[in-house]
This record gives sequence, C-alpha cells and structure tokens, in this order.
Amino acid sequence: MSRKKSVFESNAFYTVLAIAAGFVIGAVFLQVAGISPVIAYGKLLNSVFSKPKYLVWTLIYASPLIFTGLSVAFSFRTGVFNIGAEGQYVVGALAACSIGILLKLPVWIHIPLCILAAAAAGAVWSLLVGLLKVKRGIHEVLSFIMFNWIAFYLSNYVVNLKAIHSENGGEATRDIQETARILFPESLRDLLGCSSANWGFILAVLAAVLIWIVIEKTTLGYKLKAVGFNSNAALYAGINSEHSILTALGISGALAGLGGAVQILGMSGRLSQFAGQEGFGFEGITVALIGASSPIGCIFSGIFYGAMKYGGSKLSIVKAPSEVVDIIMGCVILFIAISGIFRGLFRKLVKKGGK
Amino acid sequence: MDVIIKNLGLLINATLIATPPLLLAALGSCFSERSGVVNIGIEGMMTIGAFVGAVTGLATENGWIAFFTAGLAGALFGLILAIACISFHADQTIAGTAINFLAPGLAVFLCKALYNNSSDTPAMSPSCKLPKLFEGVFPSGSFWANVLNVYSVAYLVFVLAAVCWFVFYKTKFGTHLRAVGEHPEACESLGIDVYRVRYICVILSGLLSGMGGAFVTLATINQFRPNVIVGQGFIAIAAVIFGKFSPEGALKACLLFGICSGVKSLAGSSNLVSPNLISMIPYVVTILALILFVGRARTPAANGKPFIKSR
Amino acid sequence: MGRVSHMDENKVVICMKNIVKKFGDFTANDHINLTVHKGEVHAILGENGAGKSTMMNVLCGLYKPTSGQIFVNGREVQFSSPKDAIDIGIGMVHQHFMLIQPFTVTENIVLGMEPVRGIKVDRDSARKKVMELSERYDMKIDPDARIEDISVGMQQRVEILKVLYRGADTVILDEPTASLTPQEIEGLMKIIENLTEDGKSIILITHKLKEITASSDNCTIIRQGKYIDTVKVAEVNENELAAMMVGRDVNFKVEKKEADPGEVVLDVRNIHARDYRNVEILKGLSLNVREGEIVGLAGVDGNGQTELVEILTGLRKAESGEATLLGKDVFNKSPKEIFESGISSIPADRQKHGLVLEFSVEDNMILQHFDEPPYASKKFLNRKAIREHASKLMDQYDIRPRGSEGNPAGTLSGGNQQKVIISREVTNDKELLIAVNPTRGLDVGAIEFVHKYLVEQRNKNRAVLLVSFELDEIMSLSDRIEVIFDGRITGSVSGKKADEKELGFMMAGGKKHE
Repeated sequence: MSRKKSVFESNAFYTVLAIAAGFVIGAVFLQVAGISPVIAYGKLLNSVFSKPKYLVWTLIYASPLIFTGLSVAFSFRTGVFNIGAEGQYVVGALAACSIGILLKLPVWIHIPLCILAAAAAGAVWSLLVGLLKVKRGIHEVLSFIMFNWIAFYLSNYVVNLKAIHSENGGEATRDIQETARILFPESLRDLLGCSSANWGFILAVLAAVLIWIVIEKTTLGYKLKAVGFNSNAALYAGINSEHSILTALGISGALAGLGGAVQILGMSGRLSQFAGQEGFGFEGITVALIGASSPIGCIFSGIFYGAMKYGGSKLSIVKAPSEVVDIIMGCVILFIAISGIFRGLFRKLVKKGGK
Repeated sequence: MDVIIKNLGLLINATLIATPPLLLAALGSCFSERSGVVNIGIEGMMTIGAFVGAVTGLATENGWIAFFTAGLAGALFGLILAIACISFHADQTIAGTAINFLAPGLAVFLCKALYNNSSDTPAMSPSCKLPKLFEGVFPSGSFWANVLNVYSVAYLVFVLAAVCWFVFYKTKFGTHLRAVGEHPEACESLGIDVYRVRYICVILSGLLSGMGGAFVTLATINQFRPNVIVGQGFIAIAAVIFGKFSPEGALKACLLFGICSGVKSLAGSSNLVSPNLISMIPYVVTILALILFVGRARTPAANGKPFIKSR
Repeated sequence: MGRVSHMDENKVVICMKNIVKKFGDFTANDHINLTVHKGEVHAILGENGAGKSTMMNVLCGLYKPTSGQIFVNGREVQFSSPKDAIDIGIGMVHQHFMLIQPFTVTENIVLGMEPVRGIKVDRDSARKKVMELSERYDMKIDPDARIEDISVGMQQRVEILKVLYRGADTVILDEPTASLTPQEIEGLMKIIENLTEDGKSIILITHKLKEITASSDNCTIIRQGKYIDTVKVAEVNENELAAMMVGRDVNFKVEKKEADPGEVVLDVRNIHARDYRNVEILKGLSLNVREGEIVGLAGVDGNGQTELVEILTGLRKAESGEATLLGKDVFNKSPKEIFESGISSIPADRQKHGLVLEFSVEDNMILQHFDEPPYASKKFLNRKAIREHASKLMDQYDIRPRGSEGNPAGTLSGGNQQKVIISREVTNDKELLIAVNPTRGLDVGAIEFVHKYLVEQRNKNRAVLLVSFELDEIMSLSDRIEVIFDGRITGSVSGKKADEKELGFMMAGGKKHE
C-alpha cells in the first residue's frame, strides 16, 4: 500500500507518463501526415542507439542543453524565472569565441580563460536584468526578453566584424585557436568515431553536481531558497533579499553562459550568424521542467532532449518532418504542467483500492 | 524638404506595417493578463496564425477569410492553454512554454506535410493577401501612397484598440474581467463565473494573436517561413507589461516599437551603420524608457495564480 | 442595553436540517441544524475551526453540502452557486472582506449586478441606487472612493451594502467585529438594529460572548463540527455559553504573579514615519518597555501599530526619532542588526513573515541562525544538528504531528505553525520580545499555550511588547497598557486598573478621564 502510493507521488512517474503521452500524440500527427510512426520512431531510436558514436553525438548535443537547463532550474529554485538564458547563452558563446580567436595562449591558460569569460559574460547579462529589477522595479520577464534580442543582434554584429569574421566568406567567424578547443585527444576521438567528441558533457555533469551541492547542502543555497520561496520572511529573518536575488541571477546567468562556451569550444569551433534565436535558452526551460528543477534531473532530461534533437535531425532521411520533436516536447511539457490533476486522481483511486 | 516628406512617408509606412501584428497580439494579451492568466504562449499562437493564414490565403484566394481562419487557429491554442491553466490549474508559465514548442512545431510540420517537405509555403499572389485601402489611387511611392495606401487592417487595429478600451472600462464584461483578475474569490461569491470569464479572455488572446501572426504572412510578406515570427509574441508581452496591462498603454508601447522598427528599416537601407546595431534600437529604447519613465507596473493581483473553485 | 427584539416567532425564514459537509476524510460539519426567524439576530457560537464558516459557506451557496436539507421560507432549496443563494435572498459578509482594491465603493457594491444602458454600465444610476440604500439604513460611505483608500469600518459597510443591494432578506455576518473599535462595534449594532427593524434577519458568526448577549435573540452553539444546542440568549449567561462552546469550564483569567519592572529595555522617542501611501502615520510616538513587564499596545488597526512594529524590527525606515535597546541604537537599522542587538518578534502574519511554508519545519526553526554553528560550519549546513534542534523544540512545545521535522511547514495546522514561530522566538531569548496578534485564528487551547509562554518570558525578567487588536487579550495579559491613536500614544493605564469602556474611548481618540 505505502509502496504503491510512493510511485504515484513521485515526479519521475508523471514525467515518464508525460513522455509516453507525448510520443503517442506525435504518432497521431505522423499518421495523419501519412508517415508511419513506426518507421519514424524507429529511425529516431536507431539514430541514437545503433552505434556508439551516435551516443557520443547525443551527449555532445546534450552538453549545452544541460547547462541552460541548470541555469533555468537554478532560477526556478531561487524564485526568479530566467527566461533570458537564451541571451546569456549567446553572450557566453560570443565571449568564448572572441577570446578563442583573438588570443594566442598556452592551452592551460587559453581554455580556462575562454570558459571564465563565457561565465562572466552570462553572469553580467543576467545581473543587468537583476539590477533593473532590484533598483528600478522593472519586471524581469520584460527585461530578459529585451536582453535576449540585444544579445542576438550584438552577436550578429560582432560576428561580422573584420577582426574575427571568416576570411573565406560565409556567415560565420573564423575557427577558434586549437589551444582553446576542449576536444578529446585525437586517439580517443578516433576510437569513439566522432571528430567532435569533447569534454563538454563531463563539464556539464560536474556543474550539475556542484549546483546540487550548493542548493541542498550549503548555507548559500538555504539563503537563496528562503528568498525565492518567501522574500518577506527572509527579510524579516535578516536575509538581504536584493543581494540574494542578484547572486541567484548571477549564478543562473553564468551557467547559461557556460553552455555557450561548451558549444563553441567543444562542438562547433566557431560562431555563425543567427537567422532566428538559437533556442538553447528556451529548450533549457524544457530541460528544467522535465528534470523537475533538480540539478541531477537536468542531466537526464538534458540527455533526453539531446537525443531527441540529434535523432530528430536524422528524420528527414525517412521523409518525416523533424518538427515532430517539437510537437512531442510541447506535449510532454503540457502534460507535466497538468500532472497535478492526475496526481489527485491517482491518490483517490489508490485510496478506493485500499478500502 | 521633399526628402524629409518622402522619408516621413516611408517611416509612417514602415510603422504601419510593423505595428499591427504587435498590437493585435498585445491587445489579446491584455485580456488574458487582466483576467489573471499569464499567456506566455503568444509567440506560438502567432506562428500558427501566420501559417494557417498563408494556407487558407492560398486555398481561398480571399485575404479576409484567411485572416479570420488564422484567428480561429490561434483561438484553438488559446482554448488548449485555457483548459490547462483554468480547468487543470497548470502552472501558467509552463503551459505557455509548451504552447511555444507545440504551435510552431505543428505549423512547420504541417507545412512540410502539405507542401512536399518544404518548410516554406509557396508565395501568394496579391489577390490572396489582405486588401489595401487605396490601391492605384495615389502615384506609387508618393507620400500619400505611403501613408494611406496601406493594408486596411493596419488602420483597423487602431479602431480595435479603441473598442478594447471601451470594452475594458465601459461594459459589464470588461468590469468583470478586471475584477476576476484582482480577486476571483470575491467574484465567485457574487455569482460571477470566474472560469467562464477567464476562458473567454484566454481564447480571445489566442484569436487576436492568431490574427496578428496572419498579418505578417498576409500583408507584410507573402508566404509562411519557419522564422516568420521572430520574437513579436514576446515583444507583445513586453508591450503589455510596459503599458501597465491596459489597452491604451499597450497601444502606446506598440507604437513606440513600431516607430523604432520603422526607423530601423529606413536606416537599414542607408548602410551608414551596421544593420545589426540598428536592429537593437527598439529593445534598447524600451529598456531606457522603462528606466526613465515607467517604473513599477502594478500587476493584476491574481495574475498567474490558478483559481480553484470552492464547493 | 436597551435592545428591542424585532423577531417574528411565527415566521421561519431559514431552516438547515442535518447538514453534513466533508472535505475528503475530514468532516467539517456533522449534522448541523439551524432555524432563523424573520427579524431575528441569530448568533452562531464556536471556537476557531469548529465549522462555523463552513456551515455559512454552505448556506450562501459557496459549498455544496455532502448531505442534509436547506429550507428557505418553507420551501426546500438547492444551491448550485452563490448566485442561487443571492437570488433567493441570502447574502454573506465574509470575515476577510471580498473587495476589489482598485475599484470604487460603488463599483464594488454593484459588481455582478451592474445596471446597464445599452451595452454600457450605467454608472449614474448605480451611484444613485447605492446612495439610496446607504441613506435608508444610515450607513455612511463615500461612493467614489477606492477601497484601498477607505477605513476598515467603511469597508465593512460596503460589504453589508453589497449584500443589501442584492435584495438580501437574510444577512450573514462572519466575525464582523474582528478589527473594529468598541465605538465602531456600537455603530454596527445600530445598523443591525435598523436592518431587523426593516424585517431582515441577521446571522452573526462570532466567538465573542459579549457581542452575543448584547445583540442576539437566539444562539446556536457548535463544537468540532457538531451541533450542540440552540438557546435563548436571554436565558443564559456568558459562562454557560463559554462552557458549551469549549466543552468544559474555562478560565479566561491568565494566572500571573505581580510584575516587578526593572530598568528600561526599549526606549522609543518621537518617531515620525509615513505609510506606503506616503501619508504620515506615526506622528511623534514615544514608548518604553521595562524588564519583567508586558506592555500591551491597544488600538484599532490602522493607527500606526503595524508601522511601529515594522520600524522596530527593521522592515521599514522611519523619518525621524530615536530608538534604543539597553542603550544600543536600534533606530533605522537592518533587521539583522536589530535582531543581534536583542529584539526578536512574533510577526502578525505568520505565513507572510513568520515562516517559509515550503521549507521544512526544522529549516524554519533556524531561520535567523542558519549560517551559525552548530547548524552550519564553513558554509555547509549541518543537517544532524538542525534535526536535533528541531526535535527538541517539538517535544518542548508540543508541536504536532511529532516526527514531522522534515515536512514542509505549510502542512502543519495554523496553531502548530504558530507554535513553530513561538518556539523559535522564545528560544532566541532576546532582551525584548515583540508579539503581534499572537493568537489570531487559534483555538482556545492554543491561545492558553501562547499566553503561558508570553508570561513565562516576562517572569524570566525579559521585556515583552504585546500588540493586539483583541482588547480582551491586551487586558488579560498586560502589566501596563498604552493606547495608540492616530500615530501617537494617547493614554497609559496600569493593567490591573484597565476598564474596557475607558480604553475603547481612548482608542477612538478620546482623552483619559481623570
């Protein structure tokens, strides 16, 4: 009895249920569009699991998502909604890319410098919003949206500057110096069969563990959560809420900025001009939601989303629109959002069954 | 002098093209937010509207039918959001985020299914698009052609803003929707059906967002592409907060954005400054305006909170 | 009191029979009965949590009863929404006012039943109707003022007018005197008199015995959701009513030894401050509290108590003045500095300021000490020490359910939440304890508990400042009573000599009789 109840009370149960429901609805759309869901989903699974190198690709796709997911999850836990992870990711990527191209340094300085610069850029981008909120009372959702677009155009502007723009035309920067790349050693990459295999995923997992410790185990986490849950009580207890909000936003922004660094230093090696928003920030919201705002949960939901993105990119081979991934993810979030109702329903059913 | 007048005409023209989608979505958002439901899914609703507008435009060759069908498509997603947030007490931000994945994903998915795996619809001939006010009356390129010969919807949205203002402050429904967003328990105790009012408002916001999206495909350009709605939905939300959740405030904020976009497209063609820097203007101006003039906006007291009926 | 009854015993207006209301497993109303006549004032007496409000929410259509019948004017009725109840003539004034803050008085009164002309709301005719009603029953209001700008007393009149505007024949008043002065209460009694004279019936929900004997014809007592009895008020005394309400004999007097005040702990001089609307709310207030005494601050809500406490705890800045605690400056310091100087407090709103409801009980108990040993070492929390601390306090202060150290504080009952705060603040054992409405919403048992700890703190030679809107509480606990009116202390009496009438007179701005 009590064990049965614990299943129906756990977040994981409803997440799995939501994912299953999302796939079912995706299947319905595929069927309506005249595409066999079996073939499409088969291709999706096949492109992720059939070869070890595909799994490596999945983790490469997952790395920046875990970072932006952590960024949003951390903001949720500390009472602000970082809808600006998108912009922080972009300035992080921009900072890492610029330093990666412009400076010539030994590896052991160059890489940490790029990573730090990205984290700092993300943190500053988020702190500006925090300052507007704390000092001028401006709604953070509003300024986050503005800063997302400013970052977007700023990046496109910088990408086109002569100093870093690609010499062979094209709408991207030059490649960053080899000393700034965080790729695995060549032998290991050959072994994995993936030329872009890099340390990004390891960094993401380390970051997740670190954030988990901060939230659950430290006085800093206690303080930020107290302000996030009830700023009035925190103020009453002598906790400086302005300082806490800024700290929380700074950390959240730094995480998103790191996501940008990992993408540039790891996978792409350069920054391209954006046509539309990159989406890592918004996808981070999904990662955080599926991961129930837990840092460790974000690792798994990040891998899941990475797999969906990577597998989805192969769907065109079977003439299935890759957008089915967006439909599935949208449904998953929607079902997670309304899971509270089902929770109540199951509770009633379990009770009746027990009587 | 002539140059100034000509450029002024071009600026007004560009403003009248940039403003309507924002204003339509923002007016919709006013209804939803004021009744107590945060609709962050506007962007998605605009995208589906843009797609459905293009498809029906191509099929019916009637811009008006396409425009209103697009509204219905947006309303459908409004309904989904309403069911999730109002009846199922979902977190409104989360449900809205879901819409932002679902609706654009579905739009491109259906586009590929309908048009031979292409993510763009075919281009529309002018007969499929929304009509202009004075086609052929003024010499093309003249000041009056720029100012007056625009899509009729571009002027109608301003009338609509006035209608919304009237509904908000002068009618029974408007009074109830503002009350429901402040204190739903009080409204319930007086026999006002809180769920009904909120459903209507959220569906209305979907309807207007869908139309706003359709304006882009049926007027601004002539086809649907995946990036046809880039951020207008979020800008509309920003405009509503900026305008303190009122139709008249949203109108001012959207005009500010529209004019900035107008300046952007004028200056962009001059090649003096990087177009990317010019593109930042609307966002930087908004931030500056907020810092200098607006300050704290009073959010409707019950905004964002699910209301659970007693009984 | 020369009260005239307008009850018509031959005409039953409302009859509730065997009403049961369950919420999940919890039975809030267990076979409740009620009969109300035309022109009657019928009191419903019960402790907090006895099920009075649930019963009335059933009668006004907000809740659907699990079983039982309701008759109105002899005909059985079933309400599917509050609108049905309104249509049949039953209206309720809720304890927490149901008013839309940014709307005007008129807009609030007519909300949901606005007169219209064409598609427009007809404001002029709405205003006219409202004024007619207000004159008919002699209830003064400003029809064009916004709710956020008017007094609590006027807000209550707006609520009553709202019900009358809907043509109610039966008006339910839920704890209507909670934040009124004795004089305002008298005004309310006059309104009730006017209404019954006009043939309306009043149902008065309360836990104040004096009000019942002063105003009611009959009284129905409920206890723990069950119907106990209905009595004629003229035939019983207050002690009998109290015994029926609590189920045992109660002693309202708080046992305490003679006070022996020592040196001045808190010294506040000439404080000036503005409220959130930038109106001057404290106008040169001075006050002191000594060692080993409880000073009660008596006054009607809105005369500056809230702001004074906020200033003394660091939540608000004053414009000018002085405040010292045993010689240390505590004027306009941060909450942390003030706490460390020696002031702890039990805040008025336990859910807003007192607790982080999402935090576990044990985390709430270290709210001011989370970064100090033994609960933390080198920036890391020491979970074991935190748990031990919580377990000890839960035993000592009888916080239930036992073993819930790790559960969110929001899952505890209101009384136990308050005990969590009291245990924390009394354990802090600072030189001065400020307690603001410490027993609001608690049942008799919990009230006795809270009072015991306040007196104990004083007996340990600490200073206690008690701020309460319940005059009874002030009178039974305080060694000295200071009356606050319009941002100043307007009178001071010793706790033993306090007389309710005189205090009420001073609370309304009158000068002390010599």
